[in-house]
Amino acid sequence: MRHIISLLLENEAGALSRVSGLFSARGYNIESLTVAPTDDPSLSRMTIVTNGSEEIIEQITKQLNKLIDVVRLIDLTLHRHIEREMMMVKIKVAEAAQREEAKRLTDIFRGNIVDVSQDTYVVELTGHGSKLDSFLEALRDFSVMEVVRSGVMGIARGEVALHL
Amino acid sequence: MSESPAKPTAITGAEIFVRCLQEEGVDIVFGYPGGAVLHIYDALYRQEKVAHILVRHEQGAVHAAEGYAKSSNKCGVALVTSGPGATNAVTGIADAYMDSVPLVVFSGQVPTHLIGNDAFQEVDTVGITRPCVKHNFLVKDVADLATTIKKAFYVATTGRPGPVVVDIPKDVTAQTCVFEYPKQIRMRSYNPTTRGHGGQIRKALELILSAKKPMLYTGGGIILGQASEALTEFTRKLGYPITNTLMGLGGFPASDPQFLGMLGMHGTYEANMAMHYTDVLIAIGARFDDRVTGNIEKFCPYAKIVHVDVDPASISKNVKVDVPIVGQVEPVLREMIRELESMKQQPDQEALAAWWKQIEEWRAKDCLKFDSESPIIKPQMVVQKLWELTGGDAIVTSDVGQHQMWAAQFYRFDKPNRWINSGGLGTMGVGLPFAMGAQFAFPDETVACVTGEASIQMCIQELSTCLQYQLPIKIVNLNNRYLGMVRQWQEFFYQGRYAMSYMDALPDFVKLAESYGHVGMRIEQPGDVEGALREALAMKDRLVFLDFITDQTENVYPMIPAGAGQNEMILV
Repeated sequence: MRHIISLLLENEAGALSRVSGLFSARGYNIESLTVAPTDDPSLSRMTIVTNGSEEIIEQITKQLNKLIDVVRLIDLTLHRHIEREMMMVKIKVAEAAQREEAKRLTDIFRGNIVDVSQDTYVVELTGHGSKLDSFLEALRDFSVMEVVRSGVMGIARGEVALHL
Repeated sequence: MSESPAKPTAITGAEIFVRCLQEEGVDIVFGYPGGAVLHIYDALYRQEKVAHILVRHEQGAVHAAEGYAKSSNKCGVALVTSGPGATNAVTGIADAYMDSVPLVVFSGQVPTHLIGNDAFQEVDTVGITRPCVKHNFLVKDVADLATTIKKAFYVATTGRPGPVVVDIPKDVTAQTCVFEYPKQIRMRSYNPTTRGHGGQIRKALELILSAKKPMLYTGGGIILGQASEALTEFTRKLGYPITNTLMGLGGFPASDPQFLGMLGMHGTYEANMAMHYTDVLIAIGARFDDRVTGNIEKFCPYAKIVHVDVDPASISKNVKVDVPIVGQVEPVLREMIRELESMKQQPDQEALAAWWKQIEEWRAKDCLKFDSESPIIKPQMVVQKLWELTGGDAIVTSDVGQHQMWAAQFYRFDKPNRWINSGGLGTMGVGLPFAMGAQFAFPDETVACVTGEASIQMCIQELSTCLQYQLPIKIVNLNNRYLGMVRQWQEFFYQGRYAMSYMDALPDFVKLAESYGHVGMRIEQPGDVEGALREALAMKDRLVFLDFITDQTENVYPMIPAGAGQNEMILV
């Protein structure tokens, strides 16, 4: 089953490689991994999307908790939560009709065109991974030059919170 | 003019390093100097509280520190230089990681401004050791040095112990700073559990007392957690059978009739059969290693399982358990004993008597019997004689292979911390440096290294260290001119194609020992074994290398072949 695990870890050199090294050394799967400092500069927040049986997920959370740099951990999948991913797509829009169609699709998907050049648009889109997949699917008649996706980040709904 | 109040003087990083070791009560460091640690060696030279032992290879330094830690329950300390010094130490660090040995390994590093430049003797020590340490640190500022060292000792020795590496660039050891050693350390991300959950303990005891065919299975956690007294009291109170893992030998007295011997691949028939048929398995400080469980699908098919361990990640890792208790084994056992005394429920004596009757039938198979009349020296006989002549009271180290199994089977340990071997990593070459560490911890005790002609050659250079420090270790070399365990597997599973398992071109070990200034003996007749051992043990101030020429075809029995269950043993 797919799980989204969020961690607070010490914002120190090497912390990221301890986590990624753990996954590769023990043969755990990483679908995506995002990390950035938090409002507390001594902490980073990492979101890992992984797959595995309940036993594997239990081991993953235990092994992560065992890392000295991991301060707190939450398996968001066990709570009501919101997950989001951001994507930017660069497409060729040399003809007027293409520009119109691109604008229309972007509006339907509630995205934004954030860069315009003579022949290209960059569309920015945020949402669940499946929505981003659908948008790419909708662009099948376009020449897609580049796709960049952030990987998943998530937060629990309501009172549940990952903090110190 | 009035004098200004005396300012605390700044000292160098190297001096801070030495002061930290002194504050930690470290009395001995095993190491080898080199460019990146010259400031540190100079600071060590100018003081007398911390002794430095010069080994002949960095791997030996780390193994010796392990031997010191395993025998004394203190934290072992090793010091190596950057680059090859650090890479040579890696085997020892990985060994300590697998067997949860409390160790702090200090490595020199190139100066901070050269890090990442492929400088002379530069290697990414923190990167290389990351997968085989409990934690590691790179110290980039002399102001962080004392706190980092404090953290290193704290992490290495608490919770589930393990090795911690502290990598110190050379310029950090030259920079100066006011020394202040933190009295206490708090780490927000590291809070090991000590006491077990009361509710879980009661639940476990109810299950334990309901057992008809109970079985205790305990491991290295009992030794590391200094819980053998509590375990012995608990086990005797219950009257249940008990087995120890390879790492847990000595955790319960081997001479006690409740002890069924070691379990696992080369464990006794009675221990493995009792594991297979038990209805309540009580696992304490053990980790359900594959050499213990055999085929996991066939492991303890009838049992409910209680598991006590300090490391939550060890619980339900390989085998799903029914009642987990996370906590240090000693306090948990103490609390279990207290609870047991206050409970009305008692073990089912009738069921227990029937269970013991069954176990005695298994025990009567005498699965460890060997041909004691053989005209060729049997390796088992050598270990048995060593056990008899030392009254079961020596510190015994081993290397890895057949001799390790025979030592585990035939030297019956009644006390903890007397059996020192490499269980997890299975590192050939550890035996002699382990023995050095143990002999430094206990200068007046008999320390014997049971080894083979292949393993001993992997750290043979340490014979020189033994001469320098006059270590009276007794090396019991079971010389069968084969990589015995490899040969055994090739005989069983590769139709006797003995690929690369024959040890050709062996040195004359007697002359070798003598050239290092030690005593060497070669023993070829069974009738000479006891006399030679007696003579060697009587030489209290000399290292004696006993080269026993043993039966080349002898195999370790019993054996659970790979993929088989615990009830599917090969007996002789």
